[in-house]
Amino acid sequence: MAKFEKKRGKTAPAISTASLPDIIFMLLFFFMTVTVMRNSELKVDVNIPEATELTKLEKKSLVNFIFIGVPKLPFQKVRGTSPQLQLGDKFADIEEIPLFLEKHRIKVPEKQRAMIISSLKIDKAVTMGIVADVKDQLRKSGQLKVNYSAMKRVGNKYN
Amino acid sequence: MARKSAKDKVNNEVNAGSMADIAFLLLIFFLVTTTMDQDKGLLVKLPPWSEEAPKITKLKTRNVFSVLVNANDELLVRGEPVDINVLREKAKEFIKNPLKLENMSESPKKAIISLKNDRGTHYAKYLAVYNELKAAYNELRDEEALKRYGKKMEDLSNDKQKLIMNDIPLILSEAESTNFGEEK
Repeated sequence: MAKFEKKRGKTAPAISTASLPDIIFMLLFFFMTVTVMRNSELKVDVNIPEATELTKLEKKSLVNFIFIGVPKLPFQKVRGTSPQLQLGDKFADIEEIPLFLEKHRIKVPEKQRAMIISSLKIDKAVTMGIVADVKDQLRKSGQLKVNYSAMKRVGNKYN
Repeated sequence: MARKSAKDKVNNEVNAGSMADIAFLLLIFFLVTTTMDQDKGLLVKLPPWSEEAPKITKLKTRNVFSVLVNANDELLVRGEPVDINVLREKAKEFIKNPLKLENMSESPKKAIISLKNDRGTHYAKYLAVYNELKAAYNELRDEEALKRYGKKMEDLSNDKQKLIMNDIPLILSEAESTNFGEEK
């Protein structure tokens, strides 16, 4: 019995930190793999609406984003306050959509090109005129799979 | 040579003590830049573009569920003003037609939703209407799946899902928007 007590008294209870780098590296690799770099800075205000029947966008590389909204304050002097289209990281005209889609298309492997989805991030307050024009352009360039970006809504009633 | 002997004594290993610090630094960088938010939304398939004017096919009015949204975000469903909160129920009743009424769809397969909006309609309203119509179909499919297989749609195999989707197809035609309201 005395043997145990003796041992406990002598050794200092130090935790080995030798495996700390390994743990950190593990976390590091996890975050490295899940990170998606924000490549396009938003120049328009987009406050997406809410909906219930949502589908997740699975493969980010197969998605291109089209933003529509009122330009943010620093850009209002040049661009005005009416809703504008943003493709990639700059303002664009509706006629530039086919080129934008094509630029994204050639980056995608040929087999997966049929699975490309356009995600429309459109502000709640935008009127349907510009949206209809964008939709026509998408149809003309054969991009028929469209995802209207929306948030999950709780509750069932509209006011 | 005192120098040589000193060199021999030193253990030639890279100091790995700072490895954790470097890893930490990288870790924090990636933590900050990570965006975990998943993109979700209403998946829609647009009709292909054709230059020719669409062929006018006469549909029986009983099979068409027309929804109009005007520039004031008001709804007109089959000629009657309707609140958006009852749109889902109305659509479900129309598609399924449980009482086999004369003025509602002959069968879910023949039901067609026609959606028309103004260029001045707000996007939020449009999406809400679209969402309700889609929800009506999803609920009907779920009910059918429960009746046939005792499971919800999402728990069924792909083949069975396709069978049900084939029996209750979502046919939604969007007409060209009208141009009465003011665009912003």
